[in-house]
Amino acid sequence: MIVEFISRAILLSIPLLYGATGEILTEKSGHLNLGIPGIMYGGAIGGVIGAFLYENACGNAAENMNPILTILIPLLTSILFSVLMGLIYSFMTVTLRANQNVTGLALTTFGIGLGNFFGGSLVKLVQSDLPSIALTKTSKIFKAELPFAKDLGWFGEIFLSHDFLAYAAIAIALIATFILNRTRVGLNLRAVGENPATADAAGINVTAYKYIATCIGSAVAGLGGLQYVMAYADGVWSNNAFGDRGWMAIALVIFALWKPSMAILGAFLFGALCNANNYVQGLGTETQELFKMLPYVVTLIVLIITSLRKKREHQPPESLGLPYFREER
Amino acid sequence: MANQAAIELKNITKTFGSVVANKNVNLRANRGEILSILGENGSGKTTLMNMISGIYFPDEGEIFIDGEPAVIASPKDAFDYKIGMIHQHFKLVDVFSAAENIILGLEEQGRYNLKAAEERISAICDQYGFELDPKKKIYTMAVSEKQTVEIIKVLYRGADILILDEPTAVLTPQETQKLFAVLRRMREDGKCIIIITHKLHEVLSLSDKVAVLRKGEYVGTVETAKTSEAELTEMMVGKKISLNIERSEPKDAQVRLEVHHVDCSNREGTLVLDDVSFHVNAGEILGIAGIAGSGQRELLEVIAGLQKSDSGAVLYHNPKTGNVDNLQNKTPLQIRELGVRLSFVPEDRLGMGLVGNMDITDNMMLRSYRRGKSAFLERKGPKDLAEKIIEDLEVVTPGATTPVRRLSGGNVQKVLVGREIAASPTVLMAAYPVRGLDINSSYTIYNLLNQQKEKGVAVIFVGEDLDVLLELCDRILVIGSGKVTGILDGRTATKEQVGLLMTKTEGGEQK
Repeated sequence: MIVEFISRAILLSIPLLYGATGEILTEKSGHLNLGIPGIMYGGAIGGVIGAFLYENACGNAAENMNPILTILIPLLTSILFSVLMGLIYSFMTVTLRANQNVTGLALTTFGIGLGNFFGGSLVKLVQSDLPSIALTKTSKIFKAELPFAKDLGWFGEIFLSHDFLAYAAIAIALIATFILNRTRVGLNLRAVGENPATADAAGINVTAYKYIATCIGSAVAGLGGLQYVMAYADGVWSNNAFGDRGWMAIALVIFALWKPSMAILGAFLFGALCNANNYVQGLGTETQELFKMLPYVVTLIVLIITSLRKKREHQPPESLGLPYFREER
Repeated sequence: MANQAAIELKNITKTFGSVVANKNVNLRANRGEILSILGENGSGKTTLMNMISGIYFPDEGEIFIDGEPAVIASPKDAFDYKIGMIHQHFKLVDVFSAAENIILGLEEQGRYNLKAAEERISAICDQYGFELDPKKKIYTMAVSEKQTVEIIKVLYRGADILILDEPTAVLTPQETQKLFAVLRRMREDGKCIIIITHKLHEVLSLSDKVAVLRKGEYVGTVETAKTSEAELTEMMVGKKISLNIERSEPKDAQVRLEVHHVDCSNREGTLVLDDVSFHVNAGEILGIAGIAGSGQRELLEVIAGLQKSDSGAVLYHNPKTGNVDNLQNKTPLQIRELGVRLSFVPEDRLGMGLVGNMDITDNMMLRSYRRGKSAFLERKGPKDLAEKIIEDLEVVTPGATTPVRRLSGGNVQKVLVGREIAASPTVLMAAYPVRGLDINSSYTIYNLLNQQKEKGVAVIFVGEDLDVLLELCDRILVIGSGKVTGILDGRTATKEQVGLLMTKTEGGEQK
């Protein structure tokens, strides 16, 4: 049971990790993107649309489907959706200098509406009895696991039994950590988020960094939505099933103190806490809900501790949420 | 090469909206030479240097580097011409180490290598005699260390034209001497150094040549060896201009407000007011003159109860009761409860004085809402007051319901001053009340201040234009680096006297 618990926690943690890594990249450029829940939702529906179209094009027959295309098409449509939403956000907040919180919240509402619109349309299109759409054939290919994982007992189940997007999430988080801390691009990006005037004076193209960080961050976050549908939900899309994972990803950013490598551990902890209610005996419905609060409680505790300690490295990027305009006097 | 100027400016003009920041400025600086740029606040020194370093682009005129015409459109272009500027407000990322800040934005060949950079930084430190740990984080540094980082940053980029914007403003005299030693070593190394300052003794002890700016215009360049403090002061403040501001004799002067030995430190722990003592009489205008940031703002805020002071006393002589109350470290509300009628026209009109998005009536209410008895707001009185101010002071506005932020600077100021005067104060403090105003609005404000004075109000006027101070004020208090450097009679003082006291600093006195 403990093995199943851990394996399940990892599965739950992956969308959060994607969301948090994406949000960290964006926040490092000084932009608090509260549109992440919407972008993750948009990334999910984008992938669903791609997969749906490809499955239909193959006549809904598994033997016609090319495994590489089955993965590539939803991946690209997912990224297309989330990057477009990232572009909207960047255009509003970087070029037009609109309020970041308002823009982000609007984008979240927009993303969920967009997802539900397309989701509902697809359900209607297939004339399904259930209010959901199942892409099990695509999901099967997404969830392909290593052939020898089953032979390795608990080790295999915990570490090797996951879908490739789960490993990609951890790889992306590690790569993001490396880029932020060990490369010139990372140094420049962090400078943009901390103090854009300084970065500008140092000859860094602040606008380009903000746009690119936001769009790459959105793409990464959108993959979280895709992974949720294809791996966690076995390819079944139903409106609003994604829940509050997007908000949890934003909480995770704070918990991880803006470090993608910390987000890996944090995501696992969040996944475990979200899941704990299913493994603790004798919980009623009301106490289950209390358990679901735990990730937020932990985030609050971390926030209180870091605020008290006031260590500068653990604070958010200094100009997070502030628009930058060079000629302001 | 010997008579080729490292950098030359010809007829540079720059305007911001209707404000002319620089007008036809000509300047020349050679290698192996230190050039000082001297001028009062707002004389356009920093704007001029920002054009050389690519922050602003000149509207007119040409820049030559080593005799070649140069177009400097961005800070990056400036680096390419080997121009490095050390700003007054440091441009450093606090959570980065010194080395990370220094290599920020550099496009070097090869891998990102912090270690190699740290070694090069240490080599530069040894060459010129700096002391710096490249691994140290900026937020743990003292101001002088941060400045060192800024200077090494431009040297690391190979700059050979260095511009320093008031580098000594934040340094202690000892640190200043150290900095000057470094700058002299750079001069011997053949670098061209331009230093912006308003401290005369530094100009005289450090530079080879001095260029003087006054109100955006270029006055001239003189060789330091052939000039004197008196000549430079005159070049800086200019001849007295008559403004014909009315000034009545103060009647039956009695002390209204006394400030005794007030010390005040800012958040960084630096002393911004150092043993300040003076008094203001009822029915007079006391002018406060000084270089910007010498402690004027803190002084007014200490009196108004907006800033805590470390020691001293602020005594108010109440004309009604005859009591003497100490206002030190009381909140504005407590001060008002003592029956002190204090009005404050702050420097930051839309930040501290008025709420930009609210209309004139609502802004009037900000001062009177406490008087209301019922749970609902009483709008009649403030509305009448708003209309009275609009009429009396000729505020140009579509109506009392227009948001204040849509009014022009002069009209905003009229609304603010009008409201503060309507509270019939006994002490009126105004910080730079005519800044950014046109001539007519300025005279309206002067007249209002004079009316208050005749009513027996003690008026404190912080100004930057010496001509205005000399014609409007009965007495002028000069403040320099948080200290009172002199109190002069407004009727007999000369511009040079005030100018000299403004630039008199600790460093100068020690010599």
